[in-house]
Amino acid sequence: MIEIDRVSKAYDGKPVVDELSLTVPEGAFCVLLGPSGCGKSTTLRMINRLVTFDSGMIRVGGEDVRRVPPEALRRRIGYAIQSIGLFPHWPVEDNIATVPRLLNWPRGRVRDRVSELLELLRLDPATYRSKYPHQLSGGEQQRVGVARALAADPELLLMDEPFAAVDPVTRAALQGEIVRIQQATKKTIVFVTHDIEEALILATDIAILERGRLAQWGTPLDLLEHPASAFVAEFVGGEASGLKLLSLRTVADRLHPSEVAEGEPLPSDASLRDALAAMAARHTDRLPVVDRAGRPLGAIALADLVR
Amino acid sequence: MALQSGIVAGPVPPFRLHNRVLPTLFAAGVAAVLTTGFVSVAPNRLLSGRPIGLFAAADRRLGAAICVIAAVLLLTSFAPPARALQRAAALLAGLLCLLVLAASGEAAAAIAAGAPTLARVSLGAGFWILLGTTALALIDALQRAGAGAAERCAVIAALGVAIAAMAHAGLFDALSLAREYRTRHDLFAAALLRHVVLVAAAVGPAVLIGFPLGVAAVRRPRVQEPLFAVLNLLQTIPSIALFGLLIVPLSALANRVPAVAALGIGGIGPAPAIIALILYALLPIVRNSVAGLAGVDPAVSDAARGMGMTGQQLFWHVELPLALPLLFAGLRIVTVQAVGLAVVAALIGAGGLGSFVFEGLGQYAADLVLLGALPAILLALAADFLLQMLAALAARRLI
Repeated sequence: MIEIDRVSKAYDGKPVVDELSLTVPEGAFCVLLGPSGCGKSTTLRMINRLVTFDSGMIRVGGEDVRRVPPEALRRRIGYAIQSIGLFPHWPVEDNIATVPRLLNWPRGRVRDRVSELLELLRLDPATYRSKYPHQLSGGEQQRVGVARALAADPELLLMDEPFAAVDPVTRAALQGEIVRIQQATKKTIVFVTHDIEEALILATDIAILERGRLAQWGTPLDLLEHPASAFVAEFVGGEASGLKLLSLRTVADRLHPSEVAEGEPLPSDASLRDALAAMAARHTDRLPVVDRAGRPLGAIALADLVR
Repeated sequence: MALQSGIVAGPVPPFRLHNRVLPTLFAAGVAAVLTTGFVSVAPNRLLSGRPIGLFAAADRRLGAAICVIAAVLLLTSFAPPARALQRAAALLAGLLCLLVLAASGEAAAAIAAGAPTLARVSLGAGFWILLGTTALALIDALQRAGAGAAERCAVIAALGVAIAAMAHAGLFDALSLAREYRTRHDLFAAALLRHVVLVAAAVGPAVLIGFPLGVAAVRRPRVQEPLFAVLNLLQTIPSIALFGLLIVPLSALANRVPAVAALGIGGIGPAPAIIALILYALLPIVRNSVAGLAGVDPAVSDAARGMGMTGQQLFWHVELPLALPLLFAGLRIVTVQAVGLAVVAALIGAGGLGSFVFEGLGQYAADLVLLGALPAILLALAADFLLQMLAALAARRLI
């Protein structure tokens, strides 16, 4: 879907992105992760040409982005940012309809699309379509921001720390929504964050950037189990990465089939982190495991968690 | 702070003071009535007059009505605030305004009836203070009643109609101001129109020049410093000096280029006045354009560009509407300022209401000065009110 090929960008002679190469497959949820100043936002903004790059090549859907007029390119790519940037003088409906109207969709189609998107983001169309941004909570504003980015059904969605400014509870809900939407629509998403926890929840693929270069590219499990450098190991959490690893693996990976144990059983799709928490809470080192239908599958022991 | 004050002796429960503005205005009004002349009478229009108090000058019934209504109005400040009460207070204040005006006309007519034809009855300090305090009481009551734009418009229109009807009925005819108006009544309409034209001819081009300058300054921040230095410098030149400074280059231009002179442009007259007014109007227009456009949240512009708006679309659909309230504020400042400055422009032969002011100053005839100054003040107030309403309308669409 996106091919970034030896792309560089410097500001005042200082390289911000340095010979970066990255290929994001279609349908991937790719998270660009790294400390501030690592070039992740710049990389994102080069994809829709809000930032021009000095050298290299970026292709979206096989097409060189510099061959397309920037406005036409951007209307094909959804865009959501941390500060949301809703138009304060337009009601929710007009905000969401921005790109469809730029593309001259017929009125009826725009109206239907706005209703569809509000429902997708769990906002009641009758209540919300005529509200103004200042009448919405932070979380509702960001839902409208995401709906606006999705409005013209773009094949690709660029999101720059979209949930960084909302409270933790709202953030968790929005993260759930975006995963659900991505799985339902199979859109390709490039998502910038500095938050490793958020990256592990959302990503199918993570690119860790270090001073404008790609430090590692892989699945969340790859990064935790085989960090390519001390920088990556440190960034994904050092010692604490063990706990994150536990939260990515499920009980099904480590259980002993046909063994039995006493107590309230764990579902097989629970994470190892949940299993550890359950054992600590119940003062036991063995718990039975059942499948979704409640049929016994076996047991898991404390020692299995660190195996 | 709760001020406890019993207004009647005896077992009546003490009322609490809820409004400090009305008692203050009431005290000022009482002091004005007791110590200053409501009207002044002079043997002719050039001599200064002898002050006559409200009760000596006006009909007893009018004086009594003013006292009773003012006292009732004062009482409302001791009652617990309620919307209906504030509306009633506004009504009383409006009525008081009209009564004060009527008393001035009635007093002038009564005094003039028993005096030689050359005698003049002018408005005294007491009249102006009473009118001012009742107008402030009206504004205060409207504010406390939470009156919206429509209500305020209606109140002003009602007052305007009532005053016009009183004038039409000849109630003010005996006042010196009205007699000055009658002798120049054919010149007055032309002067008023000329004044409005001067202001419009200055404010229109100032917006057409100033707004693009503001846009350019926002786009290229390096331009801002020299631009504002020049505009600030212009603003510091005294208006009379600027009018004078323009005489030399413009008359030289008119002498050299006959086509320019044929257009009526010369060292004196409306041309230098309009140029000077434009120069004064530029700073507020440019400054508010820059503030309005620079105040647009960068995240909003970033989102707009990221979604594929062109530069033109961004400007017309996002930046301009968001800057509009500040643009209106700038327009309001320069319009009011131009109405005032255009009075001075009469000095260089630009005409307008200022011609009465300077003629009156030359003759030492205060009422002729008023004939120019009063309409200019009303014009400024009207422009201010109108543009304030427009700005509120623009802002309501935005907030």
